[in-house]
Amino acid sequence: MYLTKDEEALLRGEEGEAKRLAMEILVALGDIYGAERMVKVDSVHISGTSYTSCGDAGIHFLSRLVRSGAKLAVPSTLNPVSIPLNRWRELGFPERLAAKQLEILSLYKLMGAAGGYTCHPYLVGNVPRYGSHISWAESSAIVYANSMLGARTNREGGIGALASALVGLTPLYGYHLAENRRATVKVEVEAELIDALDYSLLGYAIGELIIDGVPLIAGLPSQAGLDELKAMGASMATSGSIALFHALNLTPEAGLMKDEGLPKLTIDSSMLKQVREKLSSNGGLTVDCVALGCPHLSLSELKRIASFLEGRKVKEGVRLWLFTSEGIKRLGEEAGYVDIIEAAGGRILTGGCVVHTPLEEIGVEVLATNSAKAAHYCLSLHEVKVCIGSLKECLEAALTGRWVY
Amino acid sequence: MGLLSLELRGRVVSKGRGVGEALVSKKPLSFFGGVNPKTGLVIEEGHSLKGYSVKGKVLVLPRGKGSTVGSWVLYELSINGLAPSAIINLEADPIVAVGAIIAGIPLVDKLNVDPFEVIENGDMIEVMAEGRVGVVRVHKGG
Repeated sequence: MYLTKDEEALLRGEEGEAKRLAMEILVALGDIYGAERMVKVDSVHISGTSYTSCGDAGIHFLSRLVRSGAKLAVPSTLNPVSIPLNRWRELGFPERLAAKQLEILSLYKLMGAAGGYTCHPYLVGNVPRYGSHISWAESSAIVYANSMLGARTNREGGIGALASALVGLTPLYGYHLAENRRATVKVEVEAELIDALDYSLLGYAIGELIIDGVPLIAGLPSQAGLDELKAMGASMATSGSIALFHALNLTPEAGLMKDEGLPKLTIDSSMLKQVREKLSSNGGLTVDCVALGCPHLSLSELKRIASFLEGRKVKEGVRLWLFTSEGIKRLGEEAGYVDIIEAAGGRILTGGCVVHTPLEEIGVEVLATNSAKAAHYCLSLHEVKVCIGSLKECLEAALTGRWVY
Repeated sequence: MGLLSLELRGRVVSKGRGVGEALVSKKPLSFFGGVNPKTGLVIEEGHSLKGYSVKGKVLVLPRGKGSTVGSWVLYELSINGLAPSAIINLEADPIVAVGAIIAGIPLVDKLNVDPFEVIENGDMIEVMAEGRVGVVRVHKGG
């Protein structure tokens, strides 16, 4: 691929070993994918930050970068980690895991990462503009940035995104180019969509059918909001590897798409029911953990949860874990939502992720969630039973300790 | 070194030099879940290389597959002194490419001759991945 004089100098190591290594990674990726040149990025989001993903190898590598004086060139947020940063000790997370995890975060901090520890960086200050080139990892954030914001990113891995953060560049290919952002299939939605759960199931069904195309989705209600579309996108990137969708009248690039000649498929309520059955155990179970916030909860979701819980009590012995970012929690405190939730026995967890939580070590056996993504990964990565339901069904399970759906 | 030497050329994906015995599989390998980073042994069920050590070998594979955590497995192998000395791919994939670069393992792909036609297990292979064009020397019967 073509490199400018400045980029060649970086690759020769003239600005230090960390930037040389970053350039070597980006040039290799660019060559593999057939990029003609690099493009500047103005926003990065880095995944693979949890100790359960990168392990001791990650600590070793980050330490090496820090020792060589590495500093991030672009404002960069970080993905959630293996422990809820605000209350891991109180909830009985293992000390050894926490120590390793905190070491990783301190290494990122030394390089100038902005933290955030969330899968919704776009809600807490890392907000790329329409059409801008960015380098994001974390599949749910990628699909949100591409589809909802019209920013342009490929599906970066954690190390590729870190390399971009070090030099402020990414190879120009894939979803950075307009021709690759065109819809490849039209999806007609005939299913009834009421709760965010329905959107989560819909996204999962679309991902299973399309795997890695760009769907143009018609038939979504005009009131579908951030929470619903965030849930839908996260699921598409779970069952498939979708990085971009267009939804008619809802997303910024949808109006540019032509649907002539596109293959069509239709999704109805029975298909959503099938996904729900596949990802969920039957009723009659005793639930010991209700986990909401995959992707991390928004302010409006915190409000809905607070409204439901006001004046009620979570059943003794049931954990109600609400995963979000520190930024959204602060807003929720100001608004009074957090006090209501905590008084009812709910626990707001910041910086953590249900999927990366060592559920077995903490003693979780039956987990309820409203997220197809959380259900999918908890079933494949953990030895737990999973129940999937709407926000209201999950909160009712937290009050009764029973799953009846 | 052996009776016959061949010289092949390919694209440099990860720079460096490495020498070792060839370990060949036409089946892609996932480093995450497929290779134990603490022993260097291939553990993927049903894989033709199962039970072999990758330590010091020149791996000849079509490409990698599987989770992005695979990059970290290559890095951990190298910290533990168990890394392959080089990798030859038909076409490199991003997971193995990134892992090889951070671990300092030379990687070349897109050779001018199909490596599966000319390289067999046990051949002694030299990989010189410097600049843009990499050179692979195959010593048969090594």
